[in-house]
Amino acid sequence: MSQANPRFSPAALLRGALVPVLAVVLWQVLSTSGLINPVVLPSPVAVVERWWAYLLPTEPYDPAQSSWLMWALSGEMLFDAWSSLYRVVLGFAVGAGLALPLGLAMGGNPRIYALFDPLMQVLRPIPPIAYIPLAILWFGLGNPPAVFLIAIGAFFPVLMNTIAGVRHVDGIYLRAARNLGAGKLTMFLRVILPAATPYILAGARIGIGTAFIVVIVSEMIAVNSGLGFRILEAREFMWSDKIIAGMFTIGLLGLAIDIGMNRLNNHLLRWHRGLEN
Amino acid sequence: MTPMLKTVADTVPAADAAPVQIRIRGVEKTFAVGAQKIVALQDIDLDIRKGEFVCLLGPSGCGKSTLLNAVAGFQPPTKGTVAVDGRSITEPGPDRGMVFQEYALFPWMTVAQNVAFGLEIKGMSKADIASRVEWLLQKLHLQDFRNRFPKDLSGGMRQRVAIARVLALDSPILLMDEPFGALDALTRRTLQDELLRIWEEVGKTILFVTHSIEESIYLADRIIVMTYRPGTIKRDVVVDMPRPRDGSAPEFNRLKRELSQMVMEEQQRFSQDEIRSVTAD
Repeated sequence: MSQANPRFSPAALLRGALVPVLAVVLWQVLSTSGLINPVVLPSPVAVVERWWAYLLPTEPYDPAQSSWLMWALSGEMLFDAWSSLYRVVLGFAVGAGLALPLGLAMGGNPRIYALFDPLMQVLRPIPPIAYIPLAILWFGLGNPPAVFLIAIGAFFPVLMNTIAGVRHVDGIYLRAARNLGAGKLTMFLRVILPAATPYILAGARIGIGTAFIVVIVSEMIAVNSGLGFRILEAREFMWSDKIIAGMFTIGLLGLAIDIGMNRLNNHLLRWHRGLEN
Repeated sequence: MTPMLKTVADTVPAADAAPVQIRIRGVEKTFAVGAQKIVALQDIDLDIRKGEFVCLLGPSGCGKSTLLNAVAGFQPPTKGTVAVDGRSITEPGPDRGMVFQEYALFPWMTVAQNVAFGLEIKGMSKADIASRVEWLLQKLHLQDFRNRFPKDLSGGMRQRVAIARVLALDSPILLMDEPFGALDALTRRTLQDELLRIWEEVGKTILFVTHSIEESIYLADRIIVMTYRPGTIKRDVVVDMPRPRDGSAPEFNRLKRELSQMVMEEQQRFSQDEIRSVTAD
């Protein structure tokens, strides 16, 4: 883009920064006034310092031990963020990987729909978090119950949207494809599946959002690593500055996942009419 | 009726006339709309010869698209038969390529991919597909748009792609359902001329649905005027003016006047029906 984006003009940036800056100033004044116990409300400066410490490596650099890059990435936060991201991706892959074929089958075939729909309607309203006791009973502690819970969180949004996507395929595409001689398999893979992608991707976005909520909760209960585990651990030591630093990191990771999904969306739907930027 | 209007019955087919390619016999089609039974087509007998350009003309609701869909194999008739080259039609197939008014291009495929799709289904080799697609893109002046998606094309360009897509199949019959109905007048004329040029070059049988009288006279060898509910054949008119046809020629206008009269009679029955259905509500 050669033209200046009006969203990033100096005036717009100032306007956008006004409320956040005021909020941080108010926060700083409150926490340093002595009216509030710093354990309850740490100052923003303390949070930023703690966040920085959380990001940096804990051990001093030793060339004999590891490369510089490995050392630079050895901080606690990056390890936690990686652990959480790994669980989200794995759980989402399992959940969406099961939901997609089932959704395609249910959307495309009324008999299969009639067989599975009652069970899905019974299971769908159960929040994934309600599966926690069962998950621990079945899988013990560690990654397996977390991945199970995340998979459940991702499963239903992808399933429902895939069914809707297949059912909403415009009949004109089906007629055109039949006229060109398309058989059942070609019809499914080259016409129905791409025509349903906008719906499926919308479901995937909701699904990964749910997966991200569930990962934080499951880490507070079933695992000894990850961002969710870290902020709960910090509470035991009354490190409120680290809790907030951890929350901030969770927000950043969520934002990164959302940007990634958006990019994927825009690439896969570059043919789609009415797509904004 | 004016005697100067030539119908098929008047013209004795020459001994070397092309064989009948589409044979429609006793076709009837009824739809149930609520408790009402609508007779969309009744007693349709029609023979279309190989290489003929035939227009189905009539107002909305006269069953012209229904008849086309029966030939395409999308909606089998309630009664009667449609046979192509002696074989009865039971389902859609690439031997009867269809061009839809709504283009029906696959929006997730580029122009070239849309044109290639039918050939891939046929199982043609990659190299053959590439050269055939290239030839069609040139023929329809689409070569600069090969990697565009349909959303980035104008209506006229989209319809060129749709025509290229069915021409790719090299089917002996082209079925066209008001293909230029949504286009502006100038684009429409350009595409009509290109369609005639291609038809003369590749020699296909074309069954073309339209409600434009001028379009039917400009294009067709024969115009089948249809009645409004039940849809029957009102007149089967032969147009034997040389092409390219001049829309201002006296002969063109005489035909236009006569066809207008016939179509307007049906149009009036359609309007009265519409008013009745509104006041009945």
